[in-house]
Amino acid sequence: MGDAEIIPIGTRGRPGRGTGTRPSAAARNLAGKSRPTPKSEPPREEQPPPPAEARAEKAAAPHPPTAEPPATEPVLPLGEDVVPLATLPPSALTPRLEVSEREQPGIPVGDWLAAVQAAAREVFGEQWEHQLAHFLAFLRRRLTGDYVVDEFGFDPEITERFFLATLRPIAQKWFRIEVRGAENIPAEGGALIVSNHSGTVPVDALMTMVSVHDHTDRYLRALGADLVFRLPFVGAVARKGGATLACAEDAERMLAGGELVGVWPEGFKGIGKPYSQRYKLQRFGRGGFVSAALRTQVPIVPLSVVGAEEIYPLVGNVPALARLLGVPYIPITPLFPLLGPLGMVPLPSKWLLEFGEPIRTDEYDEGAAEDPMLVFNVTDQVRETIQQTLYSLLMQRESVFK
Amino acid sequence: MSGRTVLVTGVSRDLGRTCARSLANDPSVERVIGVDVMPPRGDIGDVQFVRADIRNPVIAKVIAREDVDTVVHMSVIATPGSAGGRGTMKELNVIGTMQLLAACQKSESLRQLVVKSTTTVYGASNRDPAMFTEDLEPRRPARNGYAKDVAEVEAYVRGFARRRPDVTVTLLRCANVIGPRVVSPVTSYFRLPVIPTVLGFDPRLQFLHEHDLNRVLRHAVNAGVHGTFNVAGDGVLMLSQALRRLQRPGVPLPGFAFGGLGSALRSARFADLSPELVAFLTYGRGVDTTRMRAELGFEPRYSTAEAFGEFASTLPPTGGRTERVLGAVAERLPEVEPDRPPALTVAGGTDG
Repeated sequence: MGDAEIIPIGTRGRPGRGTGTRPSAAARNLAGKSRPTPKSEPPREEQPPPPAEARAEKAAAPHPPTAEPPATEPVLPLGEDVVPLATLPPSALTPRLEVSEREQPGIPVGDWLAAVQAAAREVFGEQWEHQLAHFLAFLRRRLTGDYVVDEFGFDPEITERFFLATLRPIAQKWFRIEVRGAENIPAEGGALIVSNHSGTVPVDALMTMVSVHDHTDRYLRALGADLVFRLPFVGAVARKGGATLACAEDAERMLAGGELVGVWPEGFKGIGKPYSQRYKLQRFGRGGFVSAALRTQVPIVPLSVVGAEEIYPLVGNVPALARLLGVPYIPITPLFPLLGPLGMVPLPSKWLLEFGEPIRTDEYDEGAAEDPMLVFNVTDQVRETIQQTLYSLLMQRESVFK
Repeated sequence: MSGRTVLVTGVSRDLGRTCARSLANDPSVERVIGVDVMPPRGDIGDVQFVRADIRNPVIAKVIAREDVDTVVHMSVIATPGSAGGRGTMKELNVIGTMQLLAACQKSESLRQLVVKSTTTVYGASNRDPAMFTEDLEPRRPARNGYAKDVAEVEAYVRGFARRRPDVTVTLLRCANVIGPRVVSPVTSYFRLPVIPTVLGFDPRLQFLHEHDLNRVLRHAVNAGVHGTFNVAGDGVLMLSQALRRLQRPGVPLPGFAFGGLGSALRSARFADLSPELVAFLTYGRGVDTTRMRAELGFEPRYSTAEAFGEFASTLPPTGGRTERVLGAVAERLPEVEPDRPPALTVAGGTDG
């Protein structure tokens, strides 16, 4: 019996092929040097620890007790050994625990509680009970679906608490975004923010969303390409974050509803352009965004973003693979796919965002949106403003990363 | 408008039957005649049932003999199972509507036609605008199934409206009807104990409560407004949100597997995940109901969330264990006001 106690190697029955009185040689080898036939005896009588402590240890180290029962009751069937263990008197259980756990002294329950409270105080502050209750209330709201999304699928709660909170450190610490002319964004009512598009992956749209929210406390509702809504996860997250399809109906609906709408009229031509063409604006779509603004008579705010071009310098493309996957391009940057996933980390360029003077559209008469020449002229005006601002920002910039 | 005679098609099914009954209770309606191939399964009250197949010209005789002045067409069905196969379903939907409209065109006494259509005609794709207005066409026209049936039915109805400008034609495009007693592809989907979803997609859903369907049909018969109207409860619900409100576990499956599961469930008669329902559960759909309020003058009593809530309350939850655990923990913590708590980042490090 004393021999069996020191073989906690997971076998339930009698160890080895032995006669039943003595373990086999193999089992004895496994048990190692510590064959403390006399050693296991003394602690059993000497120091039975308090049961509370033993329970804490039982949770921490569940292996020794499961290995024990065959020693005490050798004829016990395999499946039932847990039941009698629970019914064992604590005095029969605790000494053996003490044998295997002697090196790690137990932590009293009170210490655990204190540690949890200290951790809670560390995470949630002095008012941790209230904060935790708030956080739980939030979790339960999410789990029971007790929240509201608008007709575009925008979920303000998860956007503010999760998406923006995740992106904010990237915007502030990684790209060190500097925002100029935030006062040009109307504090209320519909407005259309028109921006240049660059960076291979539309990171600039995300960063603009964060910056706009931090400076004006308004959500930027992005208009995205239909590809965005075809991709799994991307489309679902985009809708939750307030984006919708870049089509005339949705743009006008949002603008008429008094939302702050962001549009990147260059589209894939903009983000997918090679690094050699950086900061050269591409064609501004077909001017659909101008018609939408004219119809809803909201101001157009031009936005120039400097820095996004350098995050993933696009030096190559795999058109055949892109066609196969149905995406506009497969980017090749100096680091991707050369470094694998590591190549997907954007270069930490310094970003400048400048919001220009709003271009008013409410002075045009009713049918202005039906006049293609006027639409083209306004489109060119917006494009020129952004291009000129880009050049002046580039002049002011000391270097790409500073 | 007293002494009207209303003919309702498709009364063998629950929605048609309850609609016919609610019309019969209307004081301005004198008689309601219910028509279907099979006799109704429940109590039809004051409704006079005529067993007739709208797929053959007998229906013209019924309309002429009974001097019908209003036809409510409700027998565009969505489930091939109940009709006995896809072929029969198409016959019933398309040929039935053609025959019915032909009979209506011949009828001298007819003044109004109300057709219950569905928002499925808009399809569901990644190129959809967030909210469809009545003038928008589907971005990807349906090529088969229920959606194509409905598109054809609507085309015939528009043709009829052109040929008989003296008849008021009200086309009601209703969002998915939901309610404790409704049996439809969508309700059988939500009745699954474990609900499959399309991995990475979270569609927007809109529902119409069954009471509101009856109310809008009655309202359309009484108001007599010409035109096409979207009918749906206020607001939208995301599928993930709906599952959480149901407290049923969802199993996300990749898009290709979801379609295969659809046919497996169909052959096992658990649910009917038709291709248009798969598209709907992938991309979702929203319809604009401004015209319903402004022109038709109808106000649904249940919002989308309320209609779904009532449906959900009749189903036993099969999940939601985490929520119960959190609830138990929350009870030990001080009370907090239920509205939006003060700003607290997820990391929680900013305030302390």
